[in-house]
Amino acid sequence: MTTHHRIPRRRVLQGLAGAAALGALPRFAHAQAGPFRIGLILPMTGPFASTGKQVSAACRLYMQRAGDAIAGRKVELILKDDTGLAPETTKRIAQEMLVQDKVNVLAGFGLTPLALATAPVATEAKVPMIVMCAATAIIPQRSPFIVRSGFTLPQVTGPIADWAAKNRIRRVFTMVTDYGPGLDAEKTFHARFRAAGGEIAEAVRTPLRNPDYGPFLQRAKDAKPDALFVFVPSGEGLAVMKQFDERGLKQAGIRLIGTGDVTDDDLLESMGPPAVGVITSFHYSAAHESPENRAYVESFMKANNGMRPNFHSVGGYDGMHLIYEAAKKAGPGASGEQLVEAMKGMRWTSPRGPMTIDPQARDVVQTVYLREVKMANGKPWNVEFDKFENVKPVEG
Amino acid sequence: MSGGAAAAGRALPGRPDDAPALPSDRWRALEIAFWLLVVAAFFVFPQHRVLGSQILITGLFALSLDLILGYAGIVSLGHAAYFGMGAYTAGLLAVHGWGEPLSGLLAAGLAGAIAGYATSFLVVRGADLARLMVTLGIGLMLYEAANQLGSITGGADGLSGVAMWKVLGLWSFDLAGTTAYVYSAVVLFLLFVVARRIVASPFGLSLRGVRENVKRMPAIGAPVARRLVAIYTVSAAMAGVAGGVLAQTTQFVGLDVFGFPRSADLMIMLVLGGAGRLYGGLLGAAVFMIAHHLLSDLNPIYWQFWLGLLLVVVVLFARGGILGAADTLVRRAAARRARTR
Repeated sequence: MTTHHRIPRRRVLQGLAGAAALGALPRFAHAQAGPFRIGLILPMTGPFASTGKQVSAACRLYMQRAGDAIAGRKVELILKDDTGLAPETTKRIAQEMLVQDKVNVLAGFGLTPLALATAPVATEAKVPMIVMCAATAIIPQRSPFIVRSGFTLPQVTGPIADWAAKNRIRRVFTMVTDYGPGLDAEKTFHARFRAAGGEIAEAVRTPLRNPDYGPFLQRAKDAKPDALFVFVPSGEGLAVMKQFDERGLKQAGIRLIGTGDVTDDDLLESMGPPAVGVITSFHYSAAHESPENRAYVESFMKANNGMRPNFHSVGGYDGMHLIYEAAKKAGPGASGEQLVEAMKGMRWTSPRGPMTIDPQARDVVQTVYLREVKMANGKPWNVEFDKFENVKPVEG
Repeated sequence: MSGGAAAAGRALPGRPDDAPALPSDRWRALEIAFWLLVVAAFFVFPQHRVLGSQILITGLFALSLDLILGYAGIVSLGHAAYFGMGAYTAGLLAVHGWGEPLSGLLAAGLAGAIAGYATSFLVVRGADLARLMVTLGIGLMLYEAANQLGSITGGADGLSGVAMWKVLGLWSFDLAGTTAYVYSAVVLFLLFVVARRIVASPFGLSLRGVRENVKRMPAIGAPVARRLVAIYTVSAAMAGVAGGVLAQTTQFVGLDVFGFPRSADLMIMLVLGGAGRLYGGLLGAAVFMIAHHLLSDLNPIYWQFWLGLLLVVVVLFARGGILGAADTLVRRAAARRARTR
């Protein structure tokens, strides 16, 4: 009930702020015709629907907590479903949002090809494009208007390679999904692990669509490595964990390590006890110890039927923060260039911990944590035990 | 369906264009009205030109499937293979410095035709079920090939950096989709005229003969396999052009151009509009994509339910698709008028 009381008070404050700004309003009225619109494009249906669900819930939560106005100008969130499959649909929706709804900012983008297809639209329309989920390293290079609020695969992969090398893991079998982010993860892990003196037993790539992990995991078991490194897209972790358990890799003494996608907070509860002991490196855990995160997780779960927020949700939440703060700093009537300028170098404490937008790369610099799955209150959580601060987006 | 009984008195119910003589090649008033509608949509919905151009492209793709499915009776679940060949050809040309749209389209059509000709022999051999499997397999193989050749195609990240020159050196592809709409509409119309001419020719009639009775066609001296190879190649070329237009107007090619959902959606659109009528594919594409657009605007999460319901209703209550149902209604009205007279 505490949040319930807090919001009206906030609203009152905003109302007062709005009233105070009213005197200054006529001066801006011309430049600020209509609300400040944010066009959110996400896969709300299809195989990547869980990403869309998490991000849209987080964006709504942000607006609920921060209010639906920036300096007196109303903020409108327009959500559209691109099904996550066809890049031309994502691009078309972006074009329509710009031409028809006159959005001030584009945001969302569940997968790399969808973001890459839309990049030229942002450049041509000179509108900031906030990439909240897609995690291939190259994305922000494709348009000077792209700013990323999520994470990159090389960023979160490096630390686990270092940890493995330092913790008596000599031979690793790697399994990644065969697309941009997976290849990024594989490349980074191999380079860092070999540099630290480790050996790659074998490297396999699983198909992006309808993968059956069983045979791959059997091969991993037969290769008898010290550990298995896994990267899979959001939502696939459950299937991997199930096969890992069923094929008895744990009993064979093979440790499971990976990026946090494998122990996705959204799915961790359904994975249950077999997930315990898995070591991953990632930028966000719902179990992160900070007052910001506790408040975030509590209000997120309350607003979404107990759904646990995952890493994509903080991408959305911080993306909204980025948009709000940039609009406050540059003025809500600012141009696209001014908004992007205002985002560069921005620094704040997110539910995930401290983060910065690198002014050159327009990408996230953040703390990456090492976590181990442990049971607490009868439920598995990714409990952080070590951290690497200020990790750059393309650190190899 | 009591009206069906009334219509059954006619010599050949169901398809009025199945007359024994060569069909008339004159443009009917309704056809002219249809194309005027395409022009009108450009002015009436200036904010939906991007959607419009994608509908026209999908319409062209559906038209290519109609040539083999509706006229020659070849079922296919892998027509996206040729669409994708065209898309990657046009896209790769532009990525490597040749962004001229029209020659790019020619190349796309050629790539589709070559792929179509090469695979036609596999497809023509079998019966319906075998053809479904073979076409499905070809689509999957090309999808995986494009995925593996990441250094050329960009793999699962897609092919970006497709930089197009101006169309005829005059119009560049713009954000509002104005050029894209006109470009897609002109390409669609030209190829439609070609398709229309083909199905009204003796060659087109022989295809219908194959569809209706494969065993009898050799008896009247028609080489079935050769005819099927020819139309399959033409259809693949047309699908290639459609893919090329999509790549050029979107300036991006994703792996999904080869994807199974694209082939399956296409089949749905054609059946929805009415196969074997040329306009069926165009209408089906328009109805399917507009319904998709409106429903997903109403509710971004649960719209697929309503789309599914629409499809079930059309299949249950409108035989032969939308055009088939329209035909039935017109014929029923005519029969009633004849009875009362």
